[in-house]
Amino acid sequence: MMRPDLDIIQHWIKPGSRVLDLGCGDGSLLKFLKTEKNVSEIGLEIAEKNIRLCLEKGVNVIEQDLNKSLQNFKEKSFDTVLLTQTLQAVNYPDVIIDEMLRIGKNCIVTFPNFGNWRSRMYLFFKGRMPVSNFMPYEWYNTPNIHFCTVRDFDELCRDKNIKIITRTVVDHRHQGSWMIRLWPNLLGETAIYHISR
Amino acid sequence: MPKTVRENSVGIVTPQCLHFDDPLLLRSGKSINSYDLMIETYGSLNAKKSNAILICHALSGDHHAAGYHSEDDSKPGWWDHCIGPGKPIDTDKFFVVCLNNLGGCAGSTGPSSINPDTGTFYGPDFPIVTVRDWVKSQVALMERLGIEQWAAVVGGSLGGMQVMRWAISYPERLKHAIMIAVAPKLSAQNIAFNEVARQSITADPNFHNGRYLEHGTHPKKGLMLARMVGHITYLSDSAMRGKFGKDEEPVNSDAIAGNFGRDLRTGQLSFGLNVDFQVESYLHYQGERFSEQFDANTYLLMTKALDYFDPTVDYEGSLSAAFANSSCRFLLMSFSSDWRFPPERSREIVDALLEAGKQVSYLEIEADQGHDAFLLPVPRYVDAFSTYLQRVSDEVNS
Repeated sequence: MMRPDLDIIQHWIKPGSRVLDLGCGDGSLLKFLKTEKNVSEIGLEIAEKNIRLCLEKGVNVIEQDLNKSLQNFKEKSFDTVLLTQTLQAVNYPDVIIDEMLRIGKNCIVTFPNFGNWRSRMYLFFKGRMPVSNFMPYEWYNTPNIHFCTVRDFDELCRDKNIKIITRTVVDHRHQGSWMIRLWPNLLGETAIYHISR
Repeated sequence: MPKTVRENSVGIVTPQCLHFDDPLLLRSGKSINSYDLMIETYGSLNAKKSNAILICHALSGDHHAAGYHSEDDSKPGWWDHCIGPGKPIDTDKFFVVCLNNLGGCAGSTGPSSINPDTGTFYGPDFPIVTVRDWVKSQVALMERLGIEQWAAVVGGSLGGMQVMRWAISYPERLKHAIMIAVAPKLSAQNIAFNEVARQSITADPNFHNGRYLEHGTHPKKGLMLARMVGHITYLSDSAMRGKFGKDEEPVNSDAIAGNFGRDLRTGQLSFGLNVDFQVESYLHYQGERFSEQFDANTYLLMTKALDYFDPTVDYEGSLSAAFANSSCRFLLMSFSSDWRFPPERSREIVDALLEAGKQVSYLEIEADQGHDAFLLPVPRYVDAFSTYLQRVSDEVNS
C-alpha cells in the first residue's frame, strides 16, 4: 500500500518534470511518479540494499550522502525536490531545506508531526520519549534525531522567508477532516509541505 | 579449456577478422585506407536486433573478453568474470560484441601489421589513433553486423572513455552507457605515469626508433618496465599488502597491516641488488609476461590515446555541454581504493550528467583491489551490474 503522504504528493508533481528525491529509499515513489507522471527522476540514497532495489526497478539512483553536501547539484536544476519522512533524520534540517530550495524550483517536505496528540499524551502520562508503530525506535537508537512539530516547521518557514504553497496534515488513515484542518498540530500525524522561495 | 571449466562460461570461442575498405579519416588529419578489425561475439542477436552489447577494452585488452580459445587454453578472456551465461553481461540474453581496437596488437590493423604502401611493418608510421577514431571504427563494425542501436555500450577505464565518446558523438546509437572506473580525462599525474612508461620503451636500445621488427628484435626490457609502472597504478596499497603480506597465514588484517606486504622471497635479505621482496618478483613476472605478448608501439599508441582523451575540447571545456545531446541512460561505478581513476573522477562525470539533465545512476563500490577491481569479481559490483543489465534485457527483449 502506498504511504498516505505519497498519494498526496503526486498531485503536486507536473507530468514530464525533473524530480530529485533525497533519501529515495527503495525507489517506490520515484517508480510511481515515473510510471504515472512520466517524470525524469533521480534518487539519492546511501543504503546498499535500497540502491539495489532502485536499480531493480529501473529507477535512477545516485550513491550520495545528503548529510555531506549537495553542492554538486546546480541551482534550479530540478523542477521538484522531494524529502519524504527524512527531515527528522538528517544532521542539519535547516541546511537541507535551504539546499533543496536552491536546487529545486519547488520542494515537497513530509515529516512525522511530533506535536500529534498521541506523542503529547505519551510524554505527558508516561514521561518517556514516545514509541509507537509509527515511530518504533527508542531514543538512543533512533535515526530520527530532529523531530519537529507542524508549528515548529511553520516557524522555520517564517524565519527563512519560505513560501508555503500548500500545507496538508493527515492522520494515519490519511484523512484530512475538518477537525485536522482546525487543529493540525494536535491531530495530524504526517505533515506535508509544498514550498518554494 | 581446463576440465574444471565453470558451467557459466561461454566455452570455446573463435575470433573473426573483418576487413574494412572504407577509408577512416582520423582525428590527427591522417587516414587509414583499409583496415582489419579482430572481433569475438558471444550469444545471439535477437530478431529485432535490439539485444547487442558492445564491449570496449582498456589499455592492454583485446577482442578476447570471455571464454577459451581451445581445450588447452589455461586462462579465459579478460572479462570472463562479467561475461557469460548467468553473468552480469548475460550471453543467454545479449549478443555481445568485443573487438581489438585499431592500433592494437591482437589481430586488428596496428603498428605490427604490414603497411600496404611500403610492404613492411607500419611500426612508428602507424598514425596516432584517438578514442574518437576507435569509436568511428566501431560504428563501421556495427553497420557491418547490421546493428542499428546498441542495447548498451560497456567499458572500464580507457574502455569507459570510448563509452563516453559513443554517448556524446552517436547519441541515437545506444540505449545505455555503462562506464566503470573511468575519468573524464587524465590528470597530470596519470599522464606523468604514461610518460614514464613511454620513456622506458623508447630508451630501450632494442627500440630502434620503433623499427624493432625490421631488426628482428623488440624492446622487451622497456616494455617490461612500462608495464611494471602501469601495474603499480592499477593496484592499491592495501591490495599489495594483502597480496604480499604473510600469505601463508589465513587472512588476518593485523598481520597484513603489521608487515605492510613486505614478505620476503626467500626468507632472508640478500644485502645485494637481488630481488628480495615478493612484490619485486611479482612485478618482474607481470612485466615479463606482458612484454612477451604485447607490442611496444601499440603500448605507446594506447597511452597516447589515453592522454589525448578530452571529451570537452569541442565544448569549450564543459563536460555537461558535451553530453547535451546524449539520450541514453547512464550507469557509472567506481571503486573506493582506485587511485588511478578515483571515485571523484567518476563523480565529475555524474555531476556533468546531472547538470545536463540526463538519466544517471552511480555506485561507489567499497573494494580493496584498486583500479583492477573492475576486472575482478567484487560481489556488490557484479550484483549491481547484473541487476542493471537484467532491467536492460527486460527492456530490449520484450
